[in-house]
Amino acid sequence: MSSSKRFAAETQLNLSPFFERTSKLNESQEWRRWSGYLSATNYELTHENEYFAIRTKAALLDITPLYKYIVEGPDAQAFLDRLVTRNINICKVGQVMYTPWCDEDGKQIDDGTVQRLTQDRFRITSAEPNLEWINHNAAGMDVTISDDSKSTASLALQGPTSRDILNACAQDSLDTLKFFWMMDTQFSDIPVSISRTGYTGDLGYEIWMKPDDALAVWDLLLEKGKPFGITPTGLHALDMARIEAGLILLDVDYISARHAIIESRKSSPFELGLGWAVKLKKKDFIGKKALEAEKSRKPEWKFVGLEIEWDPFEKLHRKAGLPPGLPCTAWRTSTPIYNGKKQVGYATSGTWSPILKRYIALAHVKSEYAKENTQLHFELKVEHFRKLSPARVVKTPFFDPERKRSCPV
Amino acid sequence: MPGIKQYDAIIIGGGHNGLTAAAYLGRAGKKVLVLERRHVLGGAAVTEEIFPGFKFTVCSYVVSLMKPNVMRELMLPQFGLELLPLESTLTPLDGDYLIRTADSDETYREIARHSRKDAEAYMRFGPAMGQIGMSVRPILETIAPNAIRPSLSDLSALKKLLNHFQSLSSEQFEYLTKLMTMSSADFLDEWFEFEPLKATMSASGIIGTFMGPKSPGSAYVMLHHYMGDIDGAFRAWGFQRGGTGAVSMAIARSAEHFGADIMTEKAVSNVIVKNGRAVGVALENGDEFSADIVISGLDPKQTFLNMVDENDLPADFVDDIKNFRIRGSSGKVNLALDGLPNFTCLPGEGHHLRGAISISPSYDHLEQAYDDAKYGHFSQKPFMDIILPSILDPEMAPPGKHVMSCFVQYAPYDIKGGWDDTKREAFGDAVVNTLARYVPNIKDIILHRQVVTPADMETTFGLTEGNIFHGELSLQQLFSFRPAVRWADYTTPIKNYFQCGSGTHPGGGITGSPGEMAAKKILGIWK
Repeated sequence: MSSSKRFAAETQLNLSPFFERTSKLNESQEWRRWSGYLSATNYELTHENEYFAIRTKAALLDITPLYKYIVEGPDAQAFLDRLVTRNINICKVGQVMYTPWCDEDGKQIDDGTVQRLTQDRFRITSAEPNLEWINHNAAGMDVTISDDSKSTASLALQGPTSRDILNACAQDSLDTLKFFWMMDTQFSDIPVSISRTGYTGDLGYEIWMKPDDALAVWDLLLEKGKPFGITPTGLHALDMARIEAGLILLDVDYISARHAIIESRKSSPFELGLGWAVKLKKKDFIGKKALEAEKSRKPEWKFVGLEIEWDPFEKLHRKAGLPPGLPCTAWRTSTPIYNGKKQVGYATSGTWSPILKRYIALAHVKSEYAKENTQLHFELKVEHFRKLSPARVVKTPFFDPERKRSCPV
Repeated sequence: MPGIKQYDAIIIGGGHNGLTAAAYLGRAGKKVLVLERRHVLGGAAVTEEIFPGFKFTVCSYVVSLMKPNVMRELMLPQFGLELLPLESTLTPLDGDYLIRTADSDETYREIARHSRKDAEAYMRFGPAMGQIGMSVRPILETIAPNAIRPSLSDLSALKKLLNHFQSLSSEQFEYLTKLMTMSSADFLDEWFEFEPLKATMSASGIIGTFMGPKSPGSAYVMLHHYMGDIDGAFRAWGFQRGGTGAVSMAIARSAEHFGADIMTEKAVSNVIVKNGRAVGVALENGDEFSADIVISGLDPKQTFLNMVDENDLPADFVDDIKNFRIRGSSGKVNLALDGLPNFTCLPGEGHHLRGAISISPSYDHLEQAYDDAKYGHFSQKPFMDIILPSILDPEMAPPGKHVMSCFVQYAPYDIKGGWDDTKREAFGDAVVNTLARYVPNIKDIILHRQVVTPADMETTFGLTEGNIFHGELSLQQLFSFRPAVRWADYTTPIKNYFQCGSGTHPGGGITGSPGEMAAKKILGIWK
């Protein structure tokens, strides 16, 4: 490539240990900020191939910008169990749990995964910085909390051929690694941890390593992954996949209770579709009382999947002489949802799903309108004019392939 | 027929249209039986592991025209329909190339490298054809009326179409008229000057037909290929994960979901007609099945000249069917490859291998290929439309290996002396030699070669004369004339005998449309 086509700029943003590779692969030079890092939006000029890599091949994403904390010590289990809403006491070594955590009012602060690395050592991931909150709540407990964000680099490898690729790289077989479990292994002589987790709702893994090993791991994955269609993938594709999987995103679908400046901006896990992750039978945890009370009085809001119905949507566009205007990337603009003339909610993210051939969205609606198949209306603009298009409440995940959970043996 | 289950409808042939009709009828509560002669479903939309570990899209290989409402109504994504985008079209040239990609800036720059005028015209051409595509949709979605003795409903359908045409702008009407009558070369000459671009675009006007790009009528075939859209994007082509056979399987699963019984290795020998009414079918193994109605998904020659007795049909109708032009003109060469093809014009790996590769450097190349066919030979230097399915879906071949699908024209059904093994292999050699001009390593990486001639398409897939569209897409064989005047609405002169294959309106390609519209017609008149 001629030097005039090379891209280089000074930046104040964080650069991940993979940047040396990703910056050279990013043909579009489209970047987004993710937790202060420069993060690829799409590597190619268009994102289609990356989206389909998640669903038919294997997509490789740099997820180093995730915040990560190590919690260790004799009280680590007890402390985390108090911090989050899920039951960490039953989390076995090598197991991973997805969980929200709340403030004392039962309003959600963040969500992430808790990995039990050893009996007394855990890693917790989060979307926003949580060190202060974690430290604050650890007072009086025998735990050490350290920021792991920069001391661990991580990649997500997501898609139907991801297991084949890891089997070609790792010393141990991944065949028996179950959904939401993790294992330690080696890529030749490089120690890595691999968790069967991800943000795509597909078969997929996340690989955790030392930053010094990042480039060697990246190179090995790309080399061994080539016959299996490994594809460096950016956030455009990921955003579509996570909506198909019905997975929420902080600051898009909800606002952290720690940052909401008005009460109505806060949400409880019940209002975010995470009621299943709130274990009210647990002895005690932060926000338990408030969540118990909310459960008995029934949450005001629910977080639901919506499908914008095709025929009326197409008709609205045909009337304007246009083909149906489908969003080819995910959107994240708050969009009013109506029942008749009354606004009863708002959608926070949506996308055309190329794999499902459905226009889908995630929305907050008042509980009485959250029942499956409830017919609502979705506001959209056709040629600058606001229209209402019928939308139906549907189950999430929209896309849930069997391979996500299954094992070959 | 004691002991044999009674069905509401029997469908002859488990091709994608037969399966589509079955799913629609099942969805309406009818008990349907589909009978397929082969051991696999899908007809010409089939994926087979011809060489161990390598899955071949034996005949049809891409999808664009599949009707979106059929996908939705039959819930095909839920049953396995997954269309991956074919992002680009590469035309290798001697010492150069032309590539059009999914990115409009990139495509503009690349065409401008050859002709700035064309680059700008190309930006207008897409939207113009999209508009035309939209304006012909209503024709495609109308059950073809009886043009000789229109019924009341025919008249109202015609009136609707007339109103629609009156709503078109004069520019749209002009394009439409041109596309219906001109050759694809003449039509494209009005837009572009760079010949490899024109030749490659004109190739959509010859696929599946016995015409060259300069033959009048080829512009319509080009239009036929423009009418598809994927996710609202016109002219977008896709590759089904797992090959086109997986489209058929998705439709079959949908049909079964709606209660249809589907049987393979059940060759129907004939339709049982009693007192001018179809009452069931007899199989080659002697079994019989009865049903209220029988629907044929086969081509018109098979449907009327093979499945029923000519004496049960009006003589002039038999003549029409005998005159129905169904000359096969294409072949398929499927290759199992040890590695990736290395193009001289764009060496190594790259995005260019992810789309279609068109061997169409000039009009002359296409016309000379056609000349060979006119005189009863296969083309020595054929036109080819190539894809590498394993790049899009690694599960099509073992890791690191690849499959290459080459659609080849021309291979006339009526080859001098008839097709035999020697000619088949000679045809395969001509294809590989033509490829080798652009891909010097091709001969070194071929592990297995499958050559499918029109004669093979006839014997293996039951396509008369190996015509991939069940009959030429020429003006006199479209709409109210497909397959014959008065019988273009999926009915036949035999009561309770219907047709739903590509030989009916709106014609060939993986559209699901004939199957869907036949089922809707049948349900409309079912008593």
